[in-house]
Amino acid sequence: MFTPFEMAIILSEAEAKALLQKVLKYSKADECEVNLSGEERGNIRYARNEVSTSGNKINQNLVVQSAFGKKVGTATIDEFDDASLEKVVRRAEELAKLAPENPEYVGILGPQTYLKSNGFFQNTASITPDVRAEAVSKSLELTRAANLTAAGFMDDYRGYQAMMNSKGLFAYYPSTNVNFSLTVRTADGKGSGYVARGYSDISKLDTAAATRIAMQKASASASAKALEPGKYTVILEPTAGAVLLEQLFFGMDARQADEGRSFLSKPGGKTKLNEKIVDPRVTIYSDPTNAELPASPWAGDGQAQQKMLWIDKGVVQNLAYSRYWAQKQGKKPVPFPNNMIMVGGTASLEDIIKGTQRGILVTKLWYIREVDPQSLLLTGLTRDGTFYIENGKIKHAVKNFRFNESPVIMLNNLEVLGKPERVVSTESEGNYLIPPMKIREFTFSSLSDAV
Amino acid sequence: MNRRHFNQLMGMSAAGILLPNVPSLGRSVDPAALLETGMDVAVKKRLADAALNAAKAKGATYTDVRIGRYLNQFVVTREDKVQNIVNTESYGVGVRVIANGCWGFAAVVDAKNETDMARAAEQAVAIAKANSRLLKEPVKLAPQQGYGEVSWKAPIKQNAFEVPIKEKVDLLLGVNAAAMQNGANYVNSVLFMVNEQKYIATTDGTYADQDIHRIWPIFNVTCIDPKTGKFETRNALSAPSGMGYDYLQVNPADKVTGITTRYNKGYDMLEDVTAAAQQAKQKLASAKSVEAGKYDLVLDPSHLWLTIHESVGHPLELDRVLGYEANFAGTSFATLDKWQSKNFQYGSKLVNFVADKQQVGSLGAVGYDDEGVQTKQWDLVKDGVLVNYQAIRDQAAIIGEKASHGCCYADSWGTVQFQRMPNVSLQAGKTPLTVQEMIKDVKKGIYIVGDGSFSIDQQRYNFQFGGQLYYEIKNGEITGMLKDVAYQSNTQEFWNSCAAICDERDYRLGGSFFDGKGQPSQSSAVSHGSATTRFNGVNVINTARKI
Repeated sequence: MFTPFEMAIILSEAEAKALLQKVLKYSKADECEVNLSGEERGNIRYARNEVSTSGNKINQNLVVQSAFGKKVGTATIDEFDDASLEKVVRRAEELAKLAPENPEYVGILGPQTYLKSNGFFQNTASITPDVRAEAVSKSLELTRAANLTAAGFMDDYRGYQAMMNSKGLFAYYPSTNVNFSLTVRTADGKGSGYVARGYSDISKLDTAAATRIAMQKASASASAKALEPGKYTVILEPTAGAVLLEQLFFGMDARQADEGRSFLSKPGGKTKLNEKIVDPRVTIYSDPTNAELPASPWAGDGQAQQKMLWIDKGVVQNLAYSRYWAQKQGKKPVPFPNNMIMVGGTASLEDIIKGTQRGILVTKLWYIREVDPQSLLLTGLTRDGTFYIENGKIKHAVKNFRFNESPVIMLNNLEVLGKPERVVSTESEGNYLIPPMKIREFTFSSLSDAV
Repeated sequence: MNRRHFNQLMGMSAAGILLPNVPSLGRSVDPAALLETGMDVAVKKRLADAALNAAKAKGATYTDVRIGRYLNQFVVTREDKVQNIVNTESYGVGVRVIANGCWGFAAVVDAKNETDMARAAEQAVAIAKANSRLLKEPVKLAPQQGYGEVSWKAPIKQNAFEVPIKEKVDLLLGVNAAAMQNGANYVNSVLFMVNEQKYIATTDGTYADQDIHRIWPIFNVTCIDPKTGKFETRNALSAPSGMGYDYLQVNPADKVTGITTRYNKGYDMLEDVTAAAQQAKQKLASAKSVEAGKYDLVLDPSHLWLTIHESVGHPLELDRVLGYEANFAGTSFATLDKWQSKNFQYGSKLVNFVADKQQVGSLGAVGYDDEGVQTKQWDLVKDGVLVNYQAIRDQAAIIGEKASHGCCYADSWGTVQFQRMPNVSLQAGKTPLTVQEMIKDVKKGIYIVGDGSFSIDQQRYNFQFGGQLYYEIKNGEITGMLKDVAYQSNTQEFWNSCAAICDERDYRLGGSFFDGKGQPSQSSAVSHGSATTRFNGVNVINTARKI
């Protein structure tokens, strides 16, 4: 019997292929598609300058989807001996026969050609509890010595996903990832600073350097002054910008727009596809092969992910079309992307601050929620370091604000874009390449006492 | 499964997902498998003992073993289509230890024999030892008696998994048809059912076997004006509930009539969706965009539960107060010195909040928490004054408690348990008062029903909430529907502006399946009760924007 300790959790491409071929041989359905995945995750948390909880989790899954016409059934198993594999195929077929017809089922894809993307790094795959403890130790030494209080989290992943179907499609993608985040607070609780780093390759992670950034923000934000709420020029660090932009990314769906219930809808059943919706300097694309932000070259249904322009010079260039919706609308299917990249400029954050007469530097935003889907109005608050800029210099920290703003309005009020960097969303944990952005007339609607 | 995944499922957010690909749900199974009895309790004990012994042999001074089988069923529809029927099962084991004074945790999917159990225990000890060099002070647990072999079952009348899927599909397609007949352009509806079969064994000698059920019927109706391109939505006024399919039994005694019908322990989904479609149309046709300013708010329990959750439930979590959640969920304004002063006025004198892990029909009710502590109820705010927090075994001593409050929870076998919010409820008013009588006294106000957009800062001072339905009150009368409403306030100011609370007759529960906290983030289900409550002079903003 298979147990997680007796067999590798992360199968090689050849092992995955052989296993999937074996499963498909049992199929008697019109169509059969098999998804296979395995992963190991490890994490360590610390707070109050001490390690708190930590853990390790192993998981794996084999999913069989069988179809007779438009009747579809799915079954899953984790035991990979021949009898179990045959059993899971039979079960999926029985469920398919019992299921109501799914009018939106469009059948499985034939063989696809995928781009090459390297998202697996052996360094990251080999992380042990000692490596995590050492990385955290470097961070804790600094905060303890400076009488600042650290609360942080490091989380790593190694795994693969593979799929094969009865029409000959085969896809395999192994990947690794490590996310590190840290909040440093002053001993009196009056200052707080944050940093987050996400990498596919752990050798790029320098927890000491990251810790110094959070420490600097914590100390600098300790004597915040209150400014009146209102419209301000803001500089959004990429960590702050990411959580607003991802709401726009999530909304790039053709069906919602066509149905008239999206910020991309127009009266009379039309959409804003091919229309300019934001400043012409805004270009947003996805690319699974990006070396800084590698992503799976295939979507969950096996479609190949291409380099795809979503917004080009302010114009909506593409929307995501599911295969069903594309067929219904007579369009080409476009899968939701596995990464998102916003083109920026060459200016550093420091350059942008230098060029700002009056403004507010926002380093992080928190608790983002949609208020109105029609305008994509979002609310949320600044957190962990907000600063007033005057004559090109940071003058002092300011108390946190609540904002009510739409990323669509915000990208129309664009002043400057800086150099993009890889950031981790503090809301979804998605990784993006996003530039720092200077925006005019950003709407802060009230003050918060929170630090 | 988290809030975002669920919203995607509901079609409320665009990026579509395929349910079996949500990793936390586990494998998808035949619906009949959901009715199979899980592992025999004697086998669970044998496996748990293997892990307890292995951990002890490796040097653990404390161990708890959780063997969990988590079952979910979703029936997902839109308009006249069944989009998805998903049955999932996730089984595995989580072992938590203290070794060298430090916590360690390891989890394994499908552990079925003593060897798997022992290896998980050994891995947890290895992690604890690796991390103990970073520790300054060893973990101290409040003393806890062992209860021996005990069990607890949610007092449900009808196991939702026993109801044929066809009946559920017929209900939802009927709901969708009613929405369309009443003018909706689109409708999504979902039945979401959960059964947690949990077993915990601890070093203290507790072996608790528990059976927990939850259900959530929900829909989202959209109406569009094709000429202007404007659209409005209205979500269900149902409450996720710690009940079986009996929550969907229509009973006139569970209906609260008024400007719109609200529901107590039984939910009439067909009636609610009919009202929803009409109200979404009415919002488009005639609701007035609110004029920003100060209003007296009359908040229905279907709305107020979320304000209680965010501004009372969260700030009184002791782990937040102490800084353990500083890197994500945040800390709290309700610091220990405020509690120690014994006179911190959290709210007006009318305000009493009770924490409760036993309330029948609530999402938080269990017999024993996830570290084997028997559950109870206790006061958090009494006559407006902050009197206590929510604490588990490694925190109780910090606030001078002799024992844990019994509110430790993990959302799966694969995640580590930690302090989670119990049901936190506003006690009903002691003087007889109906909603009609409350409204009669309001000169300039807004009556809000249902929960909407919500956001609060990381120390729980500044918040902003929307709703599903807003009615303008002028001189004691409801004069019409409003839109574009959100209120902003500060927690202490808000609860001190509490001017009246309706009596017990109006008390109802609301709640969430997706209270998020921790890293990696975990979801917890929790209920909040209240009666309709009035708050004076709250700041209301207008949320309409042109893009």
